[in-house]
Amino acid sequence: MDAIFLQTLNGLDKGGAYALIALGLTLVFGTLGVVNFAHGALFMLGAFCAVTFQKILTLSKKVKDESITFFDAYKEIPYLEIWFGDTGAAIIDWAVPLSILMAIPVMLLIGLIMERGLIQYFYKRTHAEQILVTFGLAIVIQEIIKSFFGANPIPTPAPDVIAGSANIGSWIGLSDSLVYPYWRMIYLLFALAVIGAVFAFLQFTTFGMVVRAGMADRETVALLGINVERRFTIVFGIAAIVAGLAGVMYTPILPPDYHIGMDFLVLSFVVVVVGGMGSLPGAVAAGFLLGILQSFASMNEVKSIFPGIDQIIIYLVAVVILLVRPRGLLGRKGVMED
Amino acid sequence: MSKKVSQPNGWTRRSVLKTGLGTAAMAGAPMFFVRNAHAFTNDPSSGSTVTLGFNVPQTGAYADEGADELRAYQLAVKHLNGEGDGGMMNTMQPSSLKGNGILGKKVEYVTGDTQTKSDAARASAKRMIEKDGAIMITGGSSSGVAVAVQSLCQEAGVIFMAGLTHSNDTTGKDRRKYGFRHFFNTEMSGAALGPVLESSFGNDRTAYHLTADYTWGWSQEGSIKKYTEALGWKTNAAVRTPLGAGDFSQYITPVLNSGADVLVLNHYGKDMVNSLTQAVQFGLRDKQVNGKDFQIVVPLFSRLMAQGAGENIKGIYGSTNWNWSLTDEGSQAFVKSFGAEYGFPPSQAAHTCYVQTLLYANAIEAAGTFNPCGVIEVLEGFKFDGMGNGATEYRAEDHQCFKDVLVVQGNESPSSQFDLLKIVEVTPRAKVEYSPTMEGYAGDLGECVA
Repeated sequence: MDAIFLQTLNGLDKGGAYALIALGLTLVFGTLGVVNFAHGALFMLGAFCAVTFQKILTLSKKVKDESITFFDAYKEIPYLEIWFGDTGAAIIDWAVPLSILMAIPVMLLIGLIMERGLIQYFYKRTHAEQILVTFGLAIVIQEIIKSFFGANPIPTPAPDVIAGSANIGSWIGLSDSLVYPYWRMIYLLFALAVIGAVFAFLQFTTFGMVVRAGMADRETVALLGINVERRFTIVFGIAAIVAGLAGVMYTPILPPDYHIGMDFLVLSFVVVVVGGMGSLPGAVAAGFLLGILQSFASMNEVKSIFPGIDQIIIYLVAVVILLVRPRGLLGRKGVMED
Repeated sequence: MSKKVSQPNGWTRRSVLKTGLGTAAMAGAPMFFVRNAHAFTNDPSSGSTVTLGFNVPQTGAYADEGADELRAYQLAVKHLNGEGDGGMMNTMQPSSLKGNGILGKKVEYVTGDTQTKSDAARASAKRMIEKDGAIMITGGSSSGVAVAVQSLCQEAGVIFMAGLTHSNDTTGKDRRKYGFRHFFNTEMSGAALGPVLESSFGNDRTAYHLTADYTWGWSQEGSIKKYTEALGWKTNAAVRTPLGAGDFSQYITPVLNSGADVLVLNHYGKDMVNSLTQAVQFGLRDKQVNGKDFQIVVPLFSRLMAQGAGENIKGIYGSTNWNWSLTDEGSQAFVKSFGAEYGFPPSQAAHTCYVQTLLYANAIEAAGTFNPCGVIEVLEGFKFDGMGNGATEYRAEDHQCFKDVLVVQGNESPSSQFDLLKIVEVTPRAKVEYSPTMEGYAGDLGECVA
């Protein structure tokens, strides 16, 4: 029972990240018709916003390290600690949550530059060309990040007070050994909040209404004299923010490296396809569903019956769903189809 | 009506084409396929330089480790050519090195990127042998890569001095006449860690293994199981995880209720950083199971990886081939030389690569020839000291170095930013030695044919 509860939580957590990335992918595909393979790179750039912010907060004074006698070595003491003592140390401790403030404008800017600077020239090209150019862009971004930050994962811990795990077993009357990290619970809540905010924005604002109308029938909306293209550019920026925030908040769970985006990208594409191309609720539902299935497939009891199932479950489910429902879980006839 | 058009001398167009293509194919064929016609591959006797091939991961998850290996190789080349302070060339015993290159020829090098993939590593090693004329290939950071490149070198008749590779297979079932490993292996890690785990955690323990699903992971899991079960420990489960899984939470949560009180992470590099970080996040280190404190063990430690894991590494046991904090003359000479050049101490990967380069050069000087068969003869059974690990021997039967093994622990109170690992025990060579024909380890070296 405990194990099932924990794996459900794990799945929801992982699903939260998948859903956030898939949501952005679907938004871009639904509005601009572009298959954006650089979307994983946006997740990675978000994660590196947190790393950069942490680096800025820990800008340090070099002091000769007297403990090293073999050669001249220097240790670094952050200026914030020199100037503000414990307050400075506390600010550094909260680097990851605070970096959201930096990530939002930075990711919006990156999204707009990416769309205006490159992707807009590929709207009329074939999907194959779009995939090639965005995939190439992703590799370029990865290599730039690697040249600045190296290839090793960079530790970006959660603030000390929420770095441990909560004894949720005792909260809900199950066994005491049922613990779950605070930060993962925060991530799940954060993912739900961001998803809710995106849906509310699309559902309850005029801007969102136009975007939804544009997703359904771009020509008609344009004929009504509405500048759809400009709105879609902003949608690209929003998708970049969503992916970026997913990346920022994921850093305490997984120390980021330059390749972290690619690791999520392929799975997120499967999530989009399973959810139904162009369907935002589908992307979210499929994200959580596949996250949970992946977690359950990793249980020893399941693996003893189907060895290696944990590594193929997502693709297996994708095959089955596409056989039964070729348009995906919530895909509708006529949407994103010629 | 067709008519065969023939040349006055009897050649037809077709026969000219056939002969031409045949000749071109022979001329273009890699030299090592026809090496028996020559003395040996890439004989540098007629030139004034010798070229070494450094095949390290320059991209991919181990790129930082590869960069450190490359730094060490460049330093070794410098020292061999008589530049710099000489590093461990001054402490190596016995030494035939003169500081004037190798047999008087200036040492040059080419580099290749293994990408931590066997096929890419083989392709770059092949290029260095065929196009650049490398007389020796060295490098590492993955056992899968090392085994693949070693067998290519055997076919090519070029010596392979393995860098960081820890799987038993490299000098076990996949051993080769042309391959030599200075780095230790999982069998030695198990033998060294066993007694320390017993004295720290007792005999009544239940272990749960998470294992990277490839040759090194299996080898590591097997060795630790063997030595901990001999102590009386039970193995609760051994779960294979895909290489580069990223999020290990779904593999860690079952540990919580498994009844195990020790988690053994048979992971390396990025996987180790991630699985350890997440295991700590799930509160495993604060847990009490069966009335005992829950413990985590990471059998193969690296300082570079310890940096990635940050605070989580503190207090955790593991083993390592070498650490920069060793105070013997050889280690100090190397750390001083490397630190002066780059501003930080070398990693264990850098150390083994530096030592391998010097050992190879020294064997050529001692043999008085570049011929690999002569060099192999010197290296087999070669005993040396002053290279940071105490008295060491290249065992002739499997080309594995035997020396003391370090058991280390993540430092609770580091005295400097580099002081991440504390040496808790230096396990003497005699305690980690085993038979070259041990079950599951025995292999066939093959022959030297040059």
